[in-house]
Amino acid sequence: MALMQVLRRVLGGSGSTQISSTARAFSSAPAPIKATLFPGDGIGPEIAVSVKQVFQAAEVPIEWEEHYVGDQIDPRTQSFLTWESLESVRRNRVGLKGPMATPVGKGHRSLNLTLRKELNLYANVVRGVVESLKIITRQASLRVAEYAFHFAKTHGRERVSAIHKANIMQKTDGLFLKCCREVAEKYPEITYEEVVIDNCCMMLVKNPALFDVLVMPNLYGDIISDLCAGLVGGLGLTASCNIGEAGIALAEAVHGSAPDIAGKNMANPTALLLSAVTMLRHLELYDKAERIQDAILNTIAEGKYRTADLGGSSSTTDFTKAICGHL
Amino acid sequence: MARRSFSLFKALTKTTTSFSLTPIPISRSVTYMPRPGDGIPRAVTLIPGDGIGPLVTNAVEQVMQAMHAPLYFEKYEVHGDMNRIPAEVIESIKKNKVCLKGGLRTPVGGGVSSLNVSLRKELDLYASLVITKFCSERIAKYAFEYAYLNNRKTVTAVHKANIMKLADGLFLESCREVAKKYPSIKYTEIIVDNCCMQLVSKPEQFDVMVTPNLYGNLVANTAAGIAGGTGVMPGGNVGADYAVFEQGASAGNVGKEKMVERKKANPVALLLSSAMMLRHLQFPSFADRLETAVKRVISEGKCRTKDLGGDSTTQEVVDAVIAHLD
Repeated sequence: MALMQVLRRVLGGSGSTQISSTARAFSSAPAPIKATLFPGDGIGPEIAVSVKQVFQAAEVPIEWEEHYVGDQIDPRTQSFLTWESLESVRRNRVGLKGPMATPVGKGHRSLNLTLRKELNLYANVVRGVVESLKIITRQASLRVAEYAFHFAKTHGRERVSAIHKANIMQKTDGLFLKCCREVAEKYPEITYEEVVIDNCCMMLVKNPALFDVLVMPNLYGDIISDLCAGLVGGLGLTASCNIGEAGIALAEAVHGSAPDIAGKNMANPTALLLSAVTMLRHLELYDKAERIQDAILNTIAEGKYRTADLGGSSSTTDFTKAICGHL
Repeated sequence: MARRSFSLFKALTKTTTSFSLTPIPISRSVTYMPRPGDGIPRAVTLIPGDGIGPLVTNAVEQVMQAMHAPLYFEKYEVHGDMNRIPAEVIESIKKNKVCLKGGLRTPVGGGVSSLNVSLRKELDLYASLVITKFCSERIAKYAFEYAYLNNRKTVTAVHKANIMKLADGLFLESCREVAKKYPSIKYTEIIVDNCCMQLVSKPEQFDVMVTPNLYGNLVANTAAGIAGGTGVMPGGNVGADYAVFEQGASAGNVGKEKMVERKKANPVALLLSSAMMLRHLQFPSFADRLETAVKRVISEGKCRTKDLGGDSTTQEVVDAVIAHLD
């Protein structure tokens, strides 16, 4: 199944992580890691339950601190996210976020923007696509380029492609490319190339296997990550992770809150589960990550239990049970 | 850029996936009533350009000659590393009103600004980098007029107004205003991120699309990728007074040396662009003949360049197209 091949390739394996897992086996059971969980709105709470169930079945040593988006604006954050919620992520350094419907209105920051700014999240990884924040500066470009190459190295990827439109956006993308080249020199074992975004779109559609890790400014990041999402089957399957300074990471499902199917036990928890898997990788819990990811992919590939968006008729709970069964 | 390529490549994709060996029948229809003198050959400015440009423009020249099309080319040398387009070339285009262009290499980085862009600006081809009310209005008007004249059902505006609030907001406003004047045409809006995703999973939901230039190329390339690559995607840049026809999607192949050396570039995109040009010049039956011949060659599958999965040279494809002309 072409979909599975792309998903597997894109989610990556743990080629370079054998050593760390063996070392861990000799120590006693690790103390549970605290992680912040924002179930979010709409289908958020249901799929968050799925994640908790799968993690429990896989015996992942994570203790969740749940936080919800309020219905009042917290003056300290100027957002519906409370100061306590943000502090929780800052303290735990790792979090998982479900879909949040930004309430319509003015006078407050969007939830995603709040999170990005307050937690200083500078890189967004959507299955190998690393994008940086809006204003292109030398510092930001270097930082995200470093992350991209580091990501490639630790995940056994061979190639980093910088996506740009420097033929038109000569100053901004020109600076971005310069920074990428500087970082590339420090990683001679990784192939570095530059691709104009127009070509990138076409090549992605024709032959996505041509690419490995992509790095680009934010303006193109949204477009490319949505394009990739479309290729693998939609936002319902897309995992994403926001990276900040000093190793802080907030994994999130980028799909919407789907209010029309909320509470009906119909939602597909795959995106949130796969995002949780990237969170596990960030925490270096590679074998747990692999087990859960394989269980998800095998369940989908088997075809017996699939939620409505994948063409099946299983409920969220049945799908989750099937995944636990595959662990 | 006035995007006229989508409908054409959609028709083409339908043909490429059918793989039938029976020849496509000619549908005879009365296409138009000429005025006396319409058959007099028209002059068209031809810019072969860089890389594969000369190869594919030569393909067009051969096919036009084989069809005895009522036009002749005035060829000019322009290269991507020139500082500007020579004045005589601009004059020629202004005189002839129509130009066919191979491709101009754009140097990456700073310094020389793209000649492709400056050509569009010089001829005021409805494409500009700065979104103004004037520019948005006229491109929106063109999109709806095109849809109206071609019996299309939907016009979709592709934008990123949630981020580029001022520029794209203005663009959308213009589109909405124009939409009111065409109540029989459905008007929708879509954010470019979602658009790419939808294009990849369900392209048939789109009909005519209108976008600011920044996303135009991107969407065109994505669409080209689905259709089979930039090697098959035609395009045209249209303005009030002049029109320039070239490949619809920027290939980056302009500089592919191996393709140039081995003469294996795909001429289909430029051939289809020249068919668009024939329609623009109001020679619809020549356009029909050319497109039919190209469709036959592709669906037969015997003569295909590398990007379509074959191993033919440019010349072989040209010969096949000429052989399939009625």
